[in-house]
Amino acid sequence: MVWRIEADRQVCLGTGMCAGSAPDYFELDETGRVRVVRDDIEPDEVVTDAASLCPVEAIRVREAASGKTLAPL
Amino acid sequence: MVEPRKYPFSEPDRLNLDPAYGEVRAGEGLVRVQLPFGRPAWLATRYEDVRLVLGDPRFSRAQAVGKGDEPSLIPFGPGPDTIVAMDPPEHTRLRRVVAKAFTMRRIDSLRPWVQKIVDDLLDDMEKHGSPIDLVESFARPQPGMTIFELMGIPYEDRPKVQRWTDIALSTLSAGYTREEVLEAAASIRAYLADQIDIRRNDPKDDLLGVLVSARDEQDRLTEQEMVNLGVAVVVTGNETTADQITNFTYLLLTHPGHLQELRDNPGLVPQAVEEMLRYTPLLAGTSFPRVATEDIVLGDVLVKAGDAVLPSMMSANRDESVFANPDVLDFHREDNPHLGTGHGVHRCLGAQLAKMELEIALSSLLKRFPELRLATSAQEVVFRKGTLQRAPQELLIAW
Repeated sequence: MVWRIEADRQVCLGTGMCAGSAPDYFELDETGRVRVVRDDIEPDEVVTDAASLCPVEAIRVREAASGKTLAPL
Repeated sequence: MVEPRKYPFSEPDRLNLDPAYGEVRAGEGLVRVQLPFGRPAWLATRYEDVRLVLGDPRFSRAQAVGKGDEPSLIPFGPGPDTIVAMDPPEHTRLRRVVAKAFTMRRIDSLRPWVQKIVDDLLDDMEKHGSPIDLVESFARPQPGMTIFELMGIPYEDRPKVQRWTDIALSTLSAGYTREEVLEAAASIRAYLADQIDIRRNDPKDDLLGVLVSARDEQDRLTEQEMVNLGVAVVVTGNETTADQITNFTYLLLTHPGHLQELRDNPGLVPQAVEEMLRYTPLLAGTSFPRVATEDIVLGDVLVKAGDAVLPSMMSANRDESVFANPDVLDFHREDNPHLGTGHGVHRCLGAQLAKMELEIALSSLLKRFPELRLATSAQEVVFRKGTLQRAPQELLIAW
């Protein structure tokens, strides 16, 4: 199974929750907004956790094949 | 090594930031300091460094606590089973339990309910008549009612929770003994534990219910972690917003031009709240140090692995390399990436709620009382002493 990470940079506040809790998958760019380091990934709970922690729900994790949302729920 | 500098640099002076922060920013950026308790630490003062310490996983909160030597302004530090003392993944595990209750979407849905709380309090103030103390009539009850209701604990208990909080979060100059401070902190935990037991027998979908279900049905946190998480939400939700409502009202009533701007253009209130979050040094001093897990250059200094670093958000928010005219209150800043609600995994959980409350509280206060003013001179406003957070202890207003 492959998971896909999407981030909405228009909504992102740059809180750093994602980059701090899942630094292998997210970073903040020079404007302070989220950048997804790898978008298609092996399932890893750290990513769905990061999506659930974002206060503005700017991150979405889907099952790549079905498009089903895994987080935030 | 040179003798560390005594910190805080001075007793807090109203809402003025000690110029020493600016001197350190202009100098090496970091300075070695000794707090009232714990081992010496570095104080980071520049925006770039403070943001890095808050956001970079190479800085650990967990390694700073639990050894009895955490640099601290108060005689006890958070235990290892509190969320403010954790690193990911433990921190993530706890934060996930409560994160959903504080998303922007969820908080926006609470606006009409908070507006009602605010309107009812303003009705009572009008009935009482001018002058009145803003702190006890409005600034404390509004966030108090909000967080007690969200949590699911009886609002009648706020006076005793407030009393314990005042003692537990007091600094040395308040004059409480270490035993009194520890006892007050223990009383808050015991109170929350009791409330949790009540919720176990009377399930509801408030925040206590969320905690109980995460613990009892999903085994996501320990009993002690659950109690401490509840304490953190109640104490910060009750205290921080209350002090900022008072501080921001004080700022507006002592800056007539800014007050008039908001009266002429109420749409500016959200931006004004962001700017006052940047401008107001809420804390008496910086606490919650992080420990470097490897050698890292910060400012002009090599921080060694194992060194403790205090990230000063108050100082970062006045960094002239990020904010033009940083010591000027300016409601028209286009870009305002302030650190008033923190940054990184420990960023304030309740930031969205607090901003919403502040927006509604301030705009409603101005609308209700078109002639709102201080009932005393600004010099006569007395600020609290011996507490971690700054705010006027009483703010007499008139209309």
